[in-house]
Amino acid sequence: MNADMHMLIPPRLRRPRPPRVVMHMLIRTILLLLLPAAAGAQGFAGLGTEAEDYLPVTAPARLVFPRDHGPHPGFRIEWWYLTANLTGPDGEEYGAQWTLFRQPLSPGPERGGWDSPTVWMAHAAVTSAETHLFAETFARGGIGQAGVTAEPFRAFIDDWSMTGAGRPGADALADLAIHAAGDGFSYDLAARAAPPPVPQGADGFSVKSASGQASYYYSQPFYGVTGTLRLGPDTIPVTGTAWLDREWSSQPLASGQRGWDWFALSLASGARVMLFALRSEEAPAFLSGTWIAPDGAPTPLSPGEIRLTPLTETRVADRRLPTRWRIEVPRFGLDTTAEALNPAAWMGTLYSYWEGPIRLDGGATGRGYLEMTGYR
Amino acid sequence: MLEIRDIAKTYPTAQGPLAVLRGVSLDLAGGTSLALTGESGSGKSTLLHLAAGLEKADSGHIAIDGAPVTGLDDAGRARLRRETVGIVFQQFNLIPSLDVGRNLAFQARLAGRADPDWQAVLAERLGLAPLLARYPEQLSGGQQQRVAIGRALAARPRLILADEPTGNLDEATGDAVLDLLLALVAESGAALLMVTHSARLAARLDARAHLHAGRIGAEPVA
Amino acid sequence: MTAALAQALASYWRRHPLELATLLVGLMVATALWSGVQALNAEARRSYAEAAGLVSGGARIVAADGQRLPLSDYVALRRAGLRVSPVLEGEWRAGDVDLHLVGVEPMTLPRGAAPIGEEAAALPAFVLPPGRAFAAPATIARLAGRPGLPELVASGQVPEGTLLLDIGRAAGLLGLPDRVSYLLAPAGTGVPPAFADRLTVAEGPADDLARLTDSFHLNLTAFGFLSFLVGLIIVYAAIGLAFERRRPMLRTLRALGVPARGLALALLAEILALALLGGAAGMAGGYLMAAALLPDVAASLNGLYGAHVPGRLALDPAWWLAGLGIATFGALAAAGDSLWRAFHLGPLAAARPEAWLGALRRRLVWQAGAAVLLCALALALLLLGGSLLAGFALMGALLLGAALLLPGLLALVLAALGRRAKGPVAHWLFADGRQRLGGLSLALMALLLALGVNVGVGTMVSSFRATFLGWLDQRLGAEIYLSAPDGAAAEVIGAALATTPGVTAALPIGAARSRFAGAPLEIYAFTDDPLYREGWPLLAALDRPWDRVAAGDAVMVNEQMARRAGLAPGDALAIPTATGAWETRVAGVYSDYGNPEAQVLAPVAQVRARWPELELRRLAVRADPASVPALLADLRGREGVDVTDRAGLRASAERVFEKTFAVTLALNTLTLIVAGIALLTGLLTLAEQRLGQLAPLWALGLTRRRLAAIELGQAVALAGLTALAALPLGLAVAWVLTEVINPRAFGWRLPLLLFPLDWARLFLFALATGALAALWPALRLARAAPADLIRRFSDER
Repeated sequence: MNADMHMLIPPRLRRPRPPRVVMHMLIRTILLLLLPAAAGAQGFAGLGTEAEDYLPVTAPARLVFPRDHGPHPGFRIEWWYLTANLTGPDGEEYGAQWTLFRQPLSPGPERGGWDSPTVWMAHAAVTSAETHLFAETFARGGIGQAGVTAEPFRAFIDDWSMTGAGRPGADALADLAIHAAGDGFSYDLAARAAPPPVPQGADGFSVKSASGQASYYYSQPFYGVTGTLRLGPDTIPVTGTAWLDREWSSQPLASGQRGWDWFALSLASGARVMLFALRSEEAPAFLSGTWIAPDGAPTPLSPGEIRLTPLTETRVADRRLPTRWRIEVPRFGLDTTAEALNPAAWMGTLYSYWEGPIRLDGGATGRGYLEMTGYR
Repeated sequence: MLEIRDIAKTYPTAQGPLAVLRGVSLDLAGGTSLALTGESGSGKSTLLHLAAGLEKADSGHIAIDGAPVTGLDDAGRARLRRETVGIVFQQFNLIPSLDVGRNLAFQARLAGRADPDWQAVLAERLGLAPLLARYPEQLSGGQQQRVAIGRALAARPRLILADEPTGNLDEATGDAVLDLLLALVAESGAALLMVTHSARLAARLDARAHLHAGRIGAEPVA
Repeated sequence: MTAALAQALASYWRRHPLELATLLVGLMVATALWSGVQALNAEARRSYAEAAGLVSGGARIVAADGQRLPLSDYVALRRAGLRVSPVLEGEWRAGDVDLHLVGVEPMTLPRGAAPIGEEAAALPAFVLPPGRAFAAPATIARLAGRPGLPELVASGQVPEGTLLLDIGRAAGLLGLPDRVSYLLAPAGTGVPPAFADRLTVAEGPADDLARLTDSFHLNLTAFGFLSFLVGLIIVYAAIGLAFERRRPMLRTLRALGVPARGLALALLAEILALALLGGAAGMAGGYLMAAALLPDVAASLNGLYGAHVPGRLALDPAWWLAGLGIATFGALAAAGDSLWRAFHLGPLAAARPEAWLGALRRRLVWQAGAAVLLCALALALLLLGGSLLAGFALMGALLLGAALLLPGLLALVLAALGRRAKGPVAHWLFADGRQRLGGLSLALMALLLALGVNVGVGTMVSSFRATFLGWLDQRLGAEIYLSAPDGAAAEVIGAALATTPGVTAALPIGAARSRFAGAPLEIYAFTDDPLYREGWPLLAALDRPWDRVAAGDAVMVNEQMARRAGLAPGDALAIPTATGAWETRVAGVYSDYGNPEAQVLAPVAQVRARWPELELRRLAVRADPASVPALLADLRGREGVDVTDRAGLRASAERVFEKTFAVTLALNTLTLIVAGIALLTGLLTLAEQRLGQLAPLWALGLTRRRLAAIELGQAVALAGLTALAALPLGLAVAWVLTEVINPRAFGWRLPLLLFPLDWARLFLFALATGALAALWPALRLARAAPADLIRRFSDER
């Protein structure tokens, strides 16, 4: 699982959570942290009654491309999530993030114009070993300020965009031009992938808890990237790899789940690995993952086949976060150490979380991205 | 007590400078009284004003108990008037909007030495006890001057300066007021310098000095 | 020492309560009138700020043609990377309640830009139909039971008559799904070149209303200031008198050992305490006055500018502080002279007090010199100044100069009369009158100012009324004016009227909006007809102006626009439109009283070519007078049609006019009353001394009754002479108002008409004021006991 669903819930609201967590995207004018926890809980409880009106997530997933590259009205939350590990001409490493979230305020079909119930939110970031710059933006659906079309593929909000080249015979996501800009940074990346998208979980049905919460989830982890980063006054030509996650759901978290740690690894061997641990207050973490062979063939990993061990904690944004991990997948002989390129890769957005590039060292080498949510 | 040395004072007038005092020297011992006599314009009131710090001398030296008066600034002279000397004017100069009791206590309060017992004694001795709630405009001249004397003595000054204290009163009243003034000054142990043009009144004081043409002249014939 | 000193100073006021009352009354009226006007201004300005600032922050991007801009432009700007947020405003009617809708877009709205709440869970209810709107509690109460409304939530931050809601919901109610009124942008945002032909950055956040109403408030402020000065004259006189009378006591205090600095500080503390006391009472009075006048002010502002000011007064602490501050400042200014003299007061009295005549003469010469300087300044301001502020400065210099000249003038007149007088009493009377000028001149100056301003303002208002009503009769040429819900409905009605017997013509009227020279501009689209050609009063025009306008070669502009932009017939003119500038020229200038905005008059076809969406919702119907009642009845039966006949329109215009000047006239009267109080208190405080001055005359054989009559006659004569002097001053004030202030403040010039009957009334008022003010002192004199007179007589020696 990529973007932290949990991050969409204001931290203060988590404690008095009603039985079913209702994820609700809020707007930036709302100062969440000022909100009394109880009042917020009631508000969410009220919305919770509508949950059954959203479309359920059921197996099998039956993904169809390019249709499923586009939005899925009727589901409560959906995202297009790209992370890139990049290298400059001097060998300096960088990370880049481009994320677009779709969240309707009410269930039901999409409507045009101001009557659209959809709200869009996007995050972008550039990370180097020394700096981490990020930006966020919001848009109303229905008026053309933000949106996604499946074919030709186009996801955009304001002047940020992720556009498919529409190469004949290739998947709509196979060639992407990506642009975003914020205070002090911008980037333009061209990403190209050969294998088709890879379904996560059981053919795209990704379970999130022992009690059955799930999402539809597929990835394109095989992009090769060239492009340009602008970081302050510097313009840096870069090359590297990128990973795109697509996920949508209506009710993805179980009661008691507090946050998670999510890894996307690009191994030097050419294999790709997705791993996540959903941390719970009451039970041991729920572990899941997928081993993706260099040709794109996925192997789902069962909870017992994964071990994630925090090694070093760093103090970031008044929290303690593990920024160095031991990662073990014995079935595929993986035992390596992941370390954050920049431990201060904190996304201080309306819904804040940690998201940044990692380096693998030890048993296997490679790079990847780590996302951590729900730390207090 | 009071020491006056070579005091000179000149006033500018339309007809040119007028030298009122031309080098006056005088001594007054503690607990004694001195009458300063002289005809109108002889400068006797001016000398009294200088001793009281109401005006500044052009040259010369005045000291009270060894402390110089000449050379003090306005605030210093105000403090002198408030705390060291008591002045009794010919025109009484009571505060019309305050009643007798408050007028009596006024200077002592200014000096920060209000003493209700002493004020009561003074009121009794001056015959003012039944008049304490009246206002100055409701009093006769003699009564007003008795209030002024009480006001000057209430602060227990070391030196009383009186400028024709009976000048506005008829003879009988004036004599009575003077009796009171002399008796109370003697009781309080203060020194008294009194300006008068009357030889008859001057004779009742311990000593007298005569001002003539701006100088202390020879002792006139009694 | 402090306590004794305080007691001595305070005892004076306890023994002289009348003087204390005078001083406090002076401070009170000065503070009350000033702070009352300030409260009115503050209230009005706050409602403008609320209306303009409901959505606030940063810059605003607007369409160059003054219309709403397409939603697609907003999206395009966002897609170009500009962090703008759309706002849609419009008028909407819920049943019979007119509402102003302000629609904001919560996703992009800068934080804190509009009070839409911060409760997280409230977002879906705000955005999703039917939506949720924030409104003032009073608005919600008025809307009870009206259908088709969003859910209403009370908010103290939304002005009355306004709904603050989601832009999508506002768009739905207004039927404008693809329009935006303006875009909020971060400060410093520029319009990208691709949009520069049709979008522009507005200077400030919609301060058009504040700018329009500035002159109105400046007028109010000028009146408040005048009243303040008149009040201070009372204070100055009272403090000066108290100082003079306490001078012996202050000397005694000095002799008893109070230092000069201590005495001055004590007097300063005394005046500050009195200022706070009088100021606080004045603030209460000012509040009551403002509360009483506010409905009229609100009505004027609504009638003149369409500004909505709620009829309630909400005052903040800053107002109280400012009011007490101005009271303190005024008291200190009035007491400065006395304080300075107290500081330099020696313990011994000067050998020879100066003769009053020499002092008076020197003062009169000094004042006359200052008056001449002020008149020269006024002349310079008239010839060189061009701004409204210079106009008011001219007025101030004129008034102050005249006031300073008055005592000298009166002294000359009294001296001349005295030379002709026969008999010793008459001689004494005039000589005494001159002497009294010293004490009364300030009060008489106050009376002169009040009377002069009264004549001036009265003349201006009466001139305006006569001109305005005449103009209205000309301008309202059609028998019936109606307004339909939309252009299509108006067309249907027009077609029906065309075949109705008795109807001569049904002329469509529309209005488009643009901006000109940084201010809003209305383009009035008319249908060529003798109604305009014959009735529309033109101030200046080219040859055959209406033919040129009808042919589309030129337009008419109103006087306000011509004056502001310096336009004359024949001048070229470029009006911004959505498709670029409309290059035309000025055919004529028409007077347009009561309209604060610039206006252009052009044929419907010309306007429609530039504003294709122009709707002709209004009709001017010319009909046979006999058929008007039946027509009115028929038209009023149609749903959504607003019908007014000529008489009704004229009456409502007249009502607006009267309301507009109601406040001016009320303040005018108050100023006059304050001047009366000044004269009364002046005479009262002098009455004590007066008894002493008159005692010798009584001793010489004049009866008390006769003395009282002399006293009364003298006051009436002084007031009458002052009133005579006030007449030319008043005419000068009226001239400055109509020729200088009005054109600069409102943009139109008025002919100056004279109303001698009003002058006669004011003259009588002045005499009555003098008599009334002298009545009590005269009565006291008439009833004074002989013993009292004897005592005064002897005391004065």
